[in-house]
Amino acid sequence: MTWTAEKPIVSLKDVRKSFGTLEVLKGVSIDVMKGEVICIIGPSGSGKSTLIRCINGLNDIQGGSIFVQGKEVHATNLDKLELRKKVGMVFQQYNLFPHKTALQNVMMAPLKVLKENKTDVESRARQLIKKVRLEGKEDSYPGELSGGQQQRVAIARSLAMNPEVMLFDEVTAALDPETVKEVLVTIRELAEDGMTCILVTHEMGFAREVADHIYFTDRGVIVEHGPPKTFFDDAQDPRTKEFLGQIL
Amino acid sequence: MEEYFRQLAETAPRWNFIWMYEDRQQGKILSGIWMTLKLSVMCLIFSVVIGVVGAWMQGAPSRIVRAIVQAYIQFFRNTPPMVQLLFFYFALGQFTPFVVGDDGWSVEPIISNVGWAIVSLSMFAGAFNVEIFRAGMEAVPESTVEASESLGFSRLQTYIYVVLPLAFRVCLPALNNNLVNLVKTTTQAFAIAVPELLYHSVTIWNDYPSAQYPTMLLVFVAYVGLVAILVFGMSRWERSIKIPGYGI
Repeated sequence: MTWTAEKPIVSLKDVRKSFGTLEVLKGVSIDVMKGEVICIIGPSGSGKSTLIRCINGLNDIQGGSIFVQGKEVHATNLDKLELRKKVGMVFQQYNLFPHKTALQNVMMAPLKVLKENKTDVESRARQLIKKVRLEGKEDSYPGELSGGQQQRVAIARSLAMNPEVMLFDEVTAALDPETVKEVLVTIRELAEDGMTCILVTHEMGFAREVADHIYFTDRGVIVEHGPPKTFFDDAQDPRTKEFLGQIL
Repeated sequence: MEEYFRQLAETAPRWNFIWMYEDRQQGKILSGIWMTLKLSVMCLIFSVVIGVVGAWMQGAPSRIVRAIVQAYIQFFRNTPPMVQLLFFYFALGQFTPFVVGDDGWSVEPIISNVGWAIVSLSMFAGAFNVEIFRAGMEAVPESTVEASESLGFSRLQTYIYVVLPLAFRVCLPALNNNLVNLVKTTTQAFAIAVPELLYHSVTIWNDYPSAQYPTMLLVFVAYVGLVAILVFGMSRWERSIKIPGYGI
């Protein structure tokens, strides 16, 4: 199946995922168009992170299918490298390489995985570091940076692979309230540049502001979804209402 | 100097530092030290290589590969190194081809006793090194490995560029201990007549009982010196790869 821009860039169809006997995703379908920003929200344990990890193949699935640019993620003949080049991922705990400086963290994958030329990679990496507003921190090690700074290095590191889609897995959940903002600003700029973003987040204000579409998950299913305005102001399902009532 | 030790041997008959004034004995000591050095360095290198490769194979998807590594570790860790030396040289040595020696008529095994000592001691220390590296690898967070996978690194690339450099730092103290033990264990090559320091020392004090105390003293001092050099080098290295802002 060839992919064209009119089709969803990421498409989940009736995805089912279990850990042992515990079914975490019970048939989830989501379509994401190129350039769209999707926020997935919901109570903890509802399968949000699992869902996003399935998209880049970090978790396997037991049923349904996931397509990224027309390629099935869990097909046995999948070229994992092709998938990982297309899909960037940022984690809650940043997961930087602690033995490399910020600049080296950003450069490593393009150098080793894509085998690109070092001077090109370096100039791109420096631009990315500038883009995430960390100029001057190129030679700092992750242990010398604050959480928010580390998370922005992690974003730059993912961007260095020139992905088509970015996945953000509760990327501000481990940060101090003051540093949350600097990370969100970076993500917003990315979204404004037209990057396709799928975010799992607890930042409702941010979701409302940047998302094109919001999905609410609970106990492994999508309870309700819609554009932010209708979702937040006019939720229909009682579970959504209850959840929003608790946090807003 | 020579005259002093010659005098001392006459006035104090138990303190015959014979290798301080007799060239032949001095040559034995020097060539013994040289052999011990060669043996130590070769075994250090090979045992670390075995440790790195073995720890990598221990994480292999194939159950058979993992079982082989496990069997190797159990065998070499749970049997005495001197028995291993004797087994390698006298049992396995019979099955290796023989070649004509340098003199043109004598026949000798293709792997000499020195060769077998290197093989055997490397395998012995290597078995411990596999376990040491495995412990180090377990200290590398799974999430860091996932981050590297999601950037497109293959399993081998993740091992070489991320897991190993971090694991190394964690397990250096344990590795240090094992390598110190290895240097001392090289004396057991005496059992298969490898002409290392202890072997030559014993021949000297068998020939000259009056030289027994000084020669034993020399052996102690030589090993203290050798181990000191190793420990000094390792701790220098440990300090040079310390990551700023990182615990280890």
